[in-house]
Amino acid sequence: MTKRTVELELATPGVDAQGQPARLPLVADEPVLGGEHLLINLGPQHPATHGVLRLVVELDGETVVRVIPHVGYLHSGFEKLGEYRHYNQIIPLTDRTDYLSPMANNVGFALAAERLMGIEITPRCTVLRVIACEMSRIISHMVWLGTTAIDLGAFTPFLWAFQERERIYNLQEMWTGARLTTSLTRVGGLMADIPDGFVDALRHFTQTFPNTLYEIDRVLTRNAIWAGRTQGIGVLTAEEAINYSLSGPMLRASGVPWDMRKDQPYLGYETYDFEVPVGEHGDVYDRFLVRLEECHQANKILIQALDRLPDGPINVSDPRVILPPKSRAMSDMEAMIFHFKQVMEGVKAPVGEAYVGVENPKGELGNYLVSDGTAKPVRWRIRPPAFINLASISKMSEGHLLSDLIAINASVDIVMGEVDR
Amino acid sequence: MNPTARALEATFGNAIGRASELRDGWTSVTVRADRLRDVMAWLRDTPEQRYNYLVDITAVEYRDRERPLEVVYLLRSLERKSNLRVKVELDPRGELAVDSVTPLWAGADWLEREVFDMFGIVFAGHPDLRRILMWETYSEGYPLRKDFPLRGRFSRAEQVRQALNVNPEANYSLEELSIAESYDELPADMRERLRRGERGKVAGSE
Amino acid sequence: MASTISLDAFLLDGVIDVKHVLETKEIAGSPNYHLTSWKRLVDWAVNQSRANSLWPMPFGTACCAIEFMATAASRYDIARFGMERQAFSPRQADVLICAGRLPFKLAPVIRRIYDQMPQPKWVISMGACASSGGIFDNYAMVQGIDTIVPVDVYVPGCPPRPEGLLYGILLLHKKIKGESLFDAMRRRDEQPLDEHGLRLPPAEIDEVSEPFGNSVHQFRSA
Repeated sequence: MTKRTVELELATPGVDAQGQPARLPLVADEPVLGGEHLLINLGPQHPATHGVLRLVVELDGETVVRVIPHVGYLHSGFEKLGEYRHYNQIIPLTDRTDYLSPMANNVGFALAAERLMGIEITPRCTVLRVIACEMSRIISHMVWLGTTAIDLGAFTPFLWAFQERERIYNLQEMWTGARLTTSLTRVGGLMADIPDGFVDALRHFTQTFPNTLYEIDRVLTRNAIWAGRTQGIGVLTAEEAINYSLSGPMLRASGVPWDMRKDQPYLGYETYDFEVPVGEHGDVYDRFLVRLEECHQANKILIQALDRLPDGPINVSDPRVILPPKSRAMSDMEAMIFHFKQVMEGVKAPVGEAYVGVENPKGELGNYLVSDGTAKPVRWRIRPPAFINLASISKMSEGHLLSDLIAINASVDIVMGEVDR
Repeated sequence: MNPTARALEATFGNAIGRASELRDGWTSVTVRADRLRDVMAWLRDTPEQRYNYLVDITAVEYRDRERPLEVVYLLRSLERKSNLRVKVELDPRGELAVDSVTPLWAGADWLEREVFDMFGIVFAGHPDLRRILMWETYSEGYPLRKDFPLRGRFSRAEQVRQALNVNPEANYSLEELSIAESYDELPADMRERLRRGERGKVAGSE
Repeated sequence: MASTISLDAFLLDGVIDVKHVLETKEIAGSPNYHLTSWKRLVDWAVNQSRANSLWPMPFGTACCAIEFMATAASRYDIARFGMERQAFSPRQADVLICAGRLPFKLAPVIRRIYDQMPQPKWVISMGACASSGGIFDNYAMVQGIDTIVPVDVYVPGCPPRPEGLLYGILLLHKKIKGESLFDAMRRRDEQPLDEHGLRLPPAEIDEVSEPFGNSVHQFRSA
């Protein structure tokens, strides 16, 4: 079959400095394959795309030749909104980017703001934030597990996983008052201390949670259908994973032993005894095993954190950053002035910038804050792990079947709120 | 201070601007826009540097109109556990163009598309530079620029009207339409439209 | 009375019992709309079957979709209320539950999905963002899906608790049971008004999307 090249003059959406569309010629090679290729559209409304993701798939029969993902269907302008809000007012926004693990996002942003302002948090706050992050890891992986199992046909683990989520939701509600949009942290501390009964309830959870993990493990791990649908699917080598800037379980399943908690630690993670599972083959099955083991390790960290939880204040004692207690704000003049300045003007950050990357369940969540000395940041950039991980889907899916594409899409663990922000 | 900064100054001389240590412990260097490709390749490939992991690409426009618009690259060397921030300064009132680093790190693909979408910075050499978060025929402007108001430039009714009249299927990417075999099967008016260069305007969708 | 006691034993609060249906003269939306008794019986039967087996089309976008999934899971089971099968194809759905924020890029998609649903159809707007734009008063967000599709029940919350969503679903049941097949005005307004596809006049869209309250700080950058 002769190779034919077609010259297409297409207008790109790029515009030059005068606002005129920039034109680039495109030379396209005809694919040398017999038969016609089908171009189908998956989404943006589709049960298996885990949110509003649109995949345009070029199919040769049942085999995927190319996948072109289109994102942006949940773009909410978070970064623009952040330029119009005080630092503490941005915390509720961070709940809604990765809404499967809200507390971890709150912690990530607070760490960046505190690094920018040069604030050291108290020991009790440090341990409580570790507890929040690991609880978030568990609920995020439970959603991933449930929805991936449903995509591949197993409905029951979804219900087991969501039952565990309900138990964590009870704890989150006990602590912050909200099941999902927790807004846990403040710059310099937390919104509230843990109530009585929280430690016992969380300890009870850590004792019974491994049973659910063993049930799920028994149903899925050595299941022929599960292994058949996930082993050898969507393989990425370690070099490719690094080149595509993957992070989190996607990176570790491909054999790269990088975890922000171990390699660039924060919140005292270097003092906890836990292991980081690293895969070998870089396929969907390895990602499943990595995430399942991460749940076990998160449980282990929670037990250690509960044992070492120190007494003391949760907030820094700097009155310019933390609101004074209401009783003092209503009676003491100086406290009232501090309260007034913080609420009306916001806490002013010094000129400078800071980037802090934390190990979110989905990958490395980074918050890059640039300040010009005012109370509202000049730039709030969220380094979104799910967005960057999703870009590799076209590489991973070439040559697989359409049903494998669903498994690969599920294994990336995307949450569109974070992909699109 | 990251020793890379000194090595960069020694190798590239006056293409490297001031190096500074930032609040989060990272070292930041400024690079001239025309040498960016060489500097990035050197950073990735030199054995003592090996910045093989691209953490992020973003842009920062300051409220102070006199400050330049910065394109910020966050790089990391996984084996040396070393971080570096590279900045390119652009004139916010001039032409915003910079070389693409997608040939070096594949992860830069979508990150640069997003910077283009939000700031209008064109990345020369990018394989498929088009809007990623807004729809491709979005005409209000570049949202994260400081002269773009929070609620957008048009009225709400106009925004709804423009949004509803975007035909989601009319905007195929260059890659999708390069499926040359199906080019012959496209309807004649679509082929004509492609030749004329009118992407995103399907007859009857206005 | 004896004949209705056994029937009442199976009926819950809020479900209209047959005797009440036959005695009431006003049922449908307009208060002056009178029906003969066989029409009321037909309406009652049709509305019961429609309300008690609403198949939802979960148009889940953001955080509210997670609370919707939690409502569908085992603790707050919406299958108890007839929503056993999530209809992911709009052609087989009764109620479109828009769970989550709706950016402008997604607006034509929800309009098309709503158009693809066959009658009778209802819309529940779940959450603050779907009802009014929520905390996202910016360039990218539709300020309430009622500027695009007609909404029957608004469920406020960010996100609404599963109990809240269930209350909204029960309100929809109540609304459905108050409808009538013979009401000519029903479902009249789902055609777009003008050639641009807008179903509300532009002035009304602008008025409905105005910022709430009088705080100027949220639009000031420094």
